Amino acid sequence: MIIDGSESSLKKFLSDLPPVDQVGADSRAAMLSTRSIKTTSKAWAIDMAISMVDLTTLEGADSAGKVKALCAKAVRPDPTDLSVPSVGAICVYNDMVKIARTELNSIGGKDIAVAAVATAFPSGRASIAVKKLDTQDAIDAGANEIDMVIDRGAFLSGRIGEVFEEIKVIKQLCGAQAHLKVILETGELVTYDNVRKASYLAMLAGADFIKTSTGKVAPAATVPVVLVMLEAVRDYFALTGKKIGVKPAGGIRTTKDAIKQLVLVNETAGPQWLNPALFRIGASALLNDLLMQRMKLRTGHYASANYVTMD
Amino acid sequence: MSRIDVNKTYKLFIGGAFPRSESGRVYEIKGANKKFIANPALASRKDLRDAVVAAKAAQSVWANATAFNRGQILYRVAEIMQGRSDQFIDEICALEGVTTKVAKVQVEEAIDTWVWYSGWCDKLSSVSGSLNQVSGPFYNFTTPEALGVVAIFAENKPSLLGVVRTLAPVIASGNTAVLIASESYPLPAITLSEVLATSDVPGGVVNILTGKISELAPWVGSHMEIDGVDVAGLSKKQEEELKLVGADNLKRIFRFNPTNHPERILSFMEQKTVWHPIGL
Amino acid sequence: MSGFEYASAPESKAIANIATSYGLFIGGKFVEPKNGKGFNTINPATEEILSKVGYADKLDIDLAVKSARTAFTKVWSKMPAKERGKYLYRIARILQERAREFAVVETLDNGKPIRESRDTDIPLAAAHFFYHAGWADKLDYAGLGSKPKPVGVVGQIIPWNFPLLMLAWKIAPALAAGNTVVLKPAETTPLTALLFAQVCQQAGLPDGVVNIVTGDGITGAALVNHSDINKIAFTGSTEVGKAIARSISNTKKSATLELGGKAANLVFDDAAIDEAIEGIVNGIFFNQGHVCCAGSRLLVQENVADEVLEKLKKRMSLIRVGDPMDKNTDLGAINSAEQLKRIHDISNTGDAEGANRWSPECKLPSKGYWYPPTIFTGVSQSHRIARDEIFGPVLSVLTFRTPAEGIEKANNTMYGLSAGVWSDKGSKILWAAKQLKAGVIWSNTFNKFDPASPFGGYKESGWGREGGRHGLAGYLTSQVKESK
Repeated sequence: MIIDGSESSLKKFLSDLPPVDQVGADSRAAMLSTRSIKTTSKAWAIDMAISMVDLTTLEGADSAGKVKALCAKAVRPDPTDLSVPSVGAICVYNDMVKIARTELNSIGGKDIAVAAVATAFPSGRASIAVKKLDTQDAIDAGANEIDMVIDRGAFLSGRIGEVFEEIKVIKQLCGAQAHLKVILETGELVTYDNVRKASYLAMLAGADFIKTSTGKVAPAATVPVVLVMLEAVRDYFALTGKKIGVKPAGGIRTTKDAIKQLVLVNETAGPQWLNPALFRIGASALLNDLLMQRMKLRTGHYASANYVTMD
Repeated sequence: MSRIDVNKTYKLFIGGAFPRSESGRVYEIKGANKKFIANPALASRKDLRDAVVAAKAAQSVWANATAFNRGQILYRVAEIMQGRSDQFIDEICALEGVTTKVAKVQVEEAIDTWVWYSGWCDKLSSVSGSLNQVSGPFYNFTTPEALGVVAIFAENKPSLLGVVRTLAPVIASGNTAVLIASESYPLPAITLSEVLATSDVPGGVVNILTGKISELAPWVGSHMEIDGVDVAGLSKKQEEELKLVGADNLKRIFRFNPTNHPERILSFMEQKTVWHPIGL
Repeated sequence: MSGFEYASAPESKAIANIATSYGLFIGGKFVEPKNGKGFNTINPATEEILSKVGYADKLDIDLAVKSARTAFTKVWSKMPAKERGKYLYRIARILQERAREFAVVETLDNGKPIRESRDTDIPLAAAHFFYHAGWADKLDYAGLGSKPKPVGVVGQIIPWNFPLLMLAWKIAPALAAGNTVVLKPAETTPLTALLFAQVCQQAGLPDGVVNIVTGDGITGAALVNHSDINKIAFTGSTEVGKAIARSISNTKKSATLELGGKAANLVFDDAAIDEAIEGIVNGIFFNQGHVCCAGSRLLVQENVADEVLEKLKKRMSLIRVGDPMDKNTDLGAINSAEQLKRIHDISNTGDAEGANRWSPECKLPSKGYWYPPTIFTGVSQSHRIARDEIFGPVLSVLTFRTPAEGIEKANNTMYGLSAGVWSDKGSKILWAAKQLKAGVIWSNTFNKFDPASPFGGYKESGWGREGGRHGLAGYLTSQVKESK
C-alpha cells in the first residue's frame, strides 16, 4: 500500500514527491516543441489526434439542436471523406447526455462515448451531496465517462483529505459503467509542484484519467503542465503497474498544438499511451483545423474553412 | 497646376494608438516663417489619465522582457528613424527655422542617442549592481529594478533631440513613459510616435501628449500612479510646484543636464538587495 | 504499438551557397595564399568535400598582421568609439538576417544537429555582437579605469566545436575595445568564418580590422609567434594552451586561454529529478559532448543513484542519432576521424580498467563519423575516463555520500572550467557554489551561455574570462600590469 487511506499518510506521500524545477520543465517542453513532424508522420498524427478528440460543447446556450449537430460532426467529421476517423467522445453537460447518447446511437455512432462533466463543473463549488446528485444524473442518463472537477479551494488550503474523499466517492458512483476523468484545473493550481501532487492524489483516489482543465480558465493545457502530468502517469505506472490516461483540455486550437501534445506523450509516458484509451484531447475548434491540415496533405494546397462543416 | 500636398493630422499617441484628444480641442502651430503647419491635439487631464492607465498596463510586461529584447527594440527605433531622417529634418527646419545642415546634425544625434541607450539595457546591473561582501554566511546582492511609470516634460528645444534624450533613458530599464511634448515645438514628438509604433515597441510603453504644459503639469504632479518625473520642459516655478504636490506619493523628480549619461537611467530605478544563506 | 516514428524532416541545403574554393580574407579582400596551397574541408556526416580553402603560411600571416596593424593605427584607433560600435551593430543585424544560411553551413561543416546551430549557435553569436556593440562607447563605465586603451593587434585561434560562436566570442569584444584582429578558424571548420568575412564586407567594416586566415596548427603557431601581435586569445586544448604560454614567456604579449575541462555535474538527493536528468543529458550529449565545459562526470548522491541511472538510461533511449540536417536529430556526427579515434581510445580504457559501459541501441549511418551516447558506471577517480577530457558523448558516473565528499571529488582535477549543482535547496546550492573550484557554476541548469555572463576557468582550464564586463579586461591594456 502506498498510503493507508489516512490524510496524514497521503500528505506525507505527496510531500515526499520530488520537486519540479519550473525553468527546467519549461525548457524540456520547449525542446520537445521543436520536433518537426512531417509527411507520413504528420498524416499519422493528424488521424490519431482526430480519434483522440473529445468533441466538446459546454455553454449555457447549449440546446438539443446544438448537441445533435455536434454528434453528427463527431461521427462523420468530414462528410466528403469517409476515411477520416470518428472522434473519441462527445463531451457535454449532464442534462444533455440523454440527447447525445440517443442521437449518436441513431446515426451510427454507438462506439463514440458520451462524457459528462459533473460535480458542479466548472467551479466545483457545491456540497458533496449536490456533487453526488449531479454525477448520478449523468450516470442515469447513460454517460460512459464522467469528467469531474476537484475542489481547488480545499486543495490550496491544505484540506487534501477532503479532495481525496470526493474523488473516491464519485469513482464509486461511476462503478463499472463509466470511466472517471479528474480535472485538476491546473491554471488555478499554478505551480508545477501542485500539478504533480494533484496528479498523484487523483490517481491514488481512483482516477482513470487525469485532465488538465475545465477549459474555462487560462492558462490551461500548456506543454509544460502536460509534461508534468505525463511524468506522473509514467512514474505511477512504474510504481503500481497501473496505466492512467491523460487529457489536456483548453487552448489546443491548432494541428500544431495537437501534434506537440502527441510528441510529448511519445517522449514522456511512451508509445503505449498513444491511443484514445489513454490519451484524449478536449477541444472544439481543433477538429476543423485537423481536417484542413489533412486536406492540405491530401491535395497539396492550403485549405479553406469553407470546405469543412462548422458543425 | 502643381500637386497639392496631403497634410498630416497630428494626434496623440496613447496605448499604441493615435486618438484625438477626448476634449476635442486642438491648438495652432505655426512655423518659423509664421505660416500655419498643423493643429495638434490639446490634451486634457483625461487624456493624461488614459495615458497613465496605458503606461501602467504595459509596465510589468516591458520590465519583464529580457534586457536583450529591450535593447533590440531600442536599436530598431534607431533603424527606423534613420530611414525617416528626411522627414524629421524637414519638420525641424519648418518649426525651428534652422538650416538643413543644423537640423541634420540634430536628427543624427537623436538616432545615435537611441543606439547609445540601446547598448545600456543589458549592462545596467553589471555596472550598478553588486554582490556585497557582508559579514556572515550570506549571499547578498543588489540589483537595479525599473521604477514604474515615469512622466517626462520634454526639453523645449531642440524639438526632436529634446524628446529622445529624455525618453530613451527612461524606457531602457523597463519603465514606461508618459511624455508631454514641448508646447511650442510639439510636432517631432508625434512623428517620433509613428516611428515607435512601427518599431516593435509594445503599445503603452511610450505615450505622447501635446498641449498646454501649465494645464497638464499639476495633474502630473498629483497623479498617484506616476512614480517619477523628468522636469526638463518645466520652468523653475512649475518644477517647484510639481515637487510640492509630488511629495504626496514621493515621486522621484529630477532635472538633468542636456547630456547622455547612465545616471539618467539609474535615477529612475530602484535598488533591491537580497539576502540568502549559504549552507547545507 | 504505435506508429509514431518521426519521418525524415530535412532542412533544405539550398540556402547554403558554399563556393568551390575560398581564399584568405586579408585587408578587406579575399586573396590567394602566397604559396598557392589549399586544403579541403569535409562534411563529417557524409565525408563529402564541401570546399577547398586557402592554407596560410608565415608570409600570409605576416601580410595579415601588417594589414591589422595598419587598420589599427590609421583607422580603427582613430575612429570615435560610437562609430566603432555601429559597425558591430551592423554585423549583429546581418548575422540575424542571414541566420538560416549560417546555421545550415555550420551544420554541414561541423556535423552538429541543425536544431542546435539554428537555435543556439547562431542566435548566440549574433547576440555577442549586439552586446559588445553597446560597450564600444561605454568602456569608461566598465570598471577598468577611465579611458581604457585597446591592446592593439590581437591574434585569435578558435576551435572546431562552435565555429561561429567562438569567432563571435573572440572578435566582438576585441573590436568593441578598439583592437584589430587576425583570426584563425579551426582546420576542420573554416566555412562560417569565411562567410563571416563576407558579413564584414556587407557591413562596410574598414579593411584590415578583421582578417581571417585559414590553416592548421603550424599556421596557428606562426600567428602566436609573430612579433607584431600584442595579445593572443586562444580556445582549444590544454596541451596547446600550455605551448602558447611557453611561446610567449619571453615576450610582452598577453594571453587569454580557454582550455579543457572535466566538469562534475553534482546531483543531490533533493534535486528535481526529471529536470536533473535533462541537465545530465544536456550536459554531456549537447553538441556531441564536444564542449570544453561539458558535464562529463556525473557525481550522483549514492542514495538516489539507482533511480537516477534508471531514469537516465530510459531518457537516453530517446536520443536521436543521425543526419545532422534532420530537424529532429539530437546527436550529430563527430567532427573528424581524428576526434573519433581519440574518443574510442580513451573510452576503451574505461572497459579495460573495469568500468561498465552502456549505450542505448542506435542505428549509426555507414558513412561519416559517429559515436553512440554512452555512459560508464562503476567509475572511480583513478580511472582514466574520470580524469582525461574525452570530448565526446561519453559520461563517467561516480557516486558520493555526503555533500563534502561530493565537492572534494568534484574539485579533484587539474581542470576547473565548470560544474553543475542539482538541488532544490537554495542555501545548499550557494554553499556548493562557494566550495567548487570552477569558473562557471550552473545550478539546476547546464550549458547556459549569454554574452553578459563571464566564462572561463580555474587552474588548467585557462586564463581570463570571455563575456560580460569582466571579459573586456582581456582586450584593454592593464592599469598596472606590463602584460597579463
